[in-house]
Amino acid sequence: MKLVTAIIQPDKLDDVREALIAAEITRITVSRVSGHGRSVNQDLYRGQVVAPNLLPKVRLDIACNDAFVEIAVEAILQAARHNGGRIGDGKIFITHLEECIRIRTGERGGDAI
Amino acid sequence: MIFLAFAALFPVYAQSPAPCAVDSGATAWMLTSTAFVLLMIPGLAMFYGGLVRTKNVLGTMMHSFAAMAIVGVLWVVCGYAMSFGPNTLGGWIGWKKEYFFLSGIDTTILSAHVPEYVFAMFQGKFAMITPALIAGAFAERVSFRGYCLFITLWSLLVYNPLCHWVWASDGFLFKLGTIDFAGGTVVHIAAGVSGLTAALYLGARRGYPKTAMNPSNLVMTLMGAGLLWVGWFGFNAGSSVSSGLDTARALAVTQVAAATGAAMWMVIEALQHNKATSLGIVSGILAGLVVITPAAGVVQPAGAMALAAVASLVCYASIQIKNRMGYDDSLDVFGIHGVAGLLGALFLSFFIRPAWMAEAADKAGGSWTAWQQLAVQSAGVGLTILYSGLLSLGLVVLVEKTVGFRLESKLESAGMDSSLHGEQGYGLINLS
Repeated sequence: MKLVTAIIQPDKLDDVREALIAAEITRITVSRVSGHGRSVNQDLYRGQVVAPNLLPKVRLDIACNDAFVEIAVEAILQAARHNGGRIGDGKIFITHLEECIRIRTGERGGDAI
Repeated sequence: MIFLAFAALFPVYAQSPAPCAVDSGATAWMLTSTAFVLLMIPGLAMFYGGLVRTKNVLGTMMHSFAAMAIVGVLWVVCGYAMSFGPNTLGGWIGWKKEYFFLSGIDTTILSAHVPEYVFAMFQGKFAMITPALIAGAFAERVSFRGYCLFITLWSLLVYNPLCHWVWASDGFLFKLGTIDFAGGTVVHIAAGVSGLTAALYLGARRGYPKTAMNPSNLVMTLMGAGLLWVGWFGFNAGSSVSSGLDTARALAVTQVAAATGAAMWMVIEALQHNKATSLGIVSGILAGLVVITPAAGVVQPAGAMALAAVASLVCYASIQIKNRMGYDDSLDVFGIHGVAGLLGALFLSFFIRPAWMAEAADKAGGSWTAWQQLAVQSAGVGLTILYSGLLSLGLVVLVEKTVGFRLESKLESAGMDSSLHGEQGYGLINLS
């Protein structure tokens, strides 16, 4: 089991969700986060361009069995890029997932995902 | 002939030869009403903004604010002249050179003893809110540029002529005797029908109805509805252009109708789902307020309650039908404003106060029945539907083919806030 964590641009959330659902990955957790990578965001406020320090991003957490890791990664890669790839499109982290427990039944392991 | 009773309420430029004195009481109320109606537009922005998804909240609120900006300018330049000038082009619009840029009304006091500036500004607020209402039908999926062009053309070619027909003292619907106290036809039916036309032509939002499209902030929607209710006292009671008995009557029935509509919607939802929702109660408030708008000058409180209760029932049903049919009138502009406006403009005929009917009978030379009034109302309503529907379709097609109206799919899924305005509405919840 692996935990796929993706940090993406907020405006790509719909596209990534649609791509994941098309790849039959529906069990995900989404949160709003702030962070900083290499991108410099520019917002317009009353006509003045402002570059804030921390930028809003969306974080997806997907726990999946090993067979689904590449499918999930491929779907995110295809959907989260702006015009074929741009600084600020985000990152994907894959970590080993030690255990997974379904609270309702107490099931453990791959079946619980 | 029955319009004479009503003509006293809209003494637009029927000025007496001798200069009128300013009635400070009436003027003070009309100034207040003007401010109230303006307040409805940010109220509407909050109402609509709370109902759309987080990524579109600014884009949606901008539709209301852009109407304040664009129509606010157009009205002074030529809108007032087109609406309230004497008949031109066979009565299609009005025109008076002195109203161009409001240049000739610097010293004018109307026969209602109110400076004409006040009346012109008061009417201008109605012209602003009407295009802003339409925006709810195609929320979350139009380009800002296209929207700006659309409301410019709509205001000039649809609103101003309709306003002239119904409210100018030589407008032909006014002469026919169609009762529209504060804008059931001009504002609500016109906005509802135009919105429906645009929604059908532009198509549904991406993913509708399969994807859930949750309101971003119902708290804001409730506050917006509250502001609309308050503002509506200016909208309806201000439409008496006086500060007296007619004003009091309009204010009382407006209050009663809003409360009844809200209570009725709660009951319907409690029976249907065992839960009264906050969106339901504000929908009921709006249905009640819209239905009483054309009728506020002629019905009594019991009639207002009957109209509002029926309006909530029928609006509720029409939204269920919309959901079955699957077209995307996103924020139910037709379902609430169109339907309730229609109901109010037609069925007010059966609730008119006896004194008014007696007076109408005298003028008609014997008898005047509710059915005769219904026929007159139907003529006004039918014409409004046809005119606003056909012209809006033409304008939507024109805008779509020229600057583009429907937002391209990529920008739509990214959200209007960032793709059209370069901002975020709810950015503050993020640490930055």
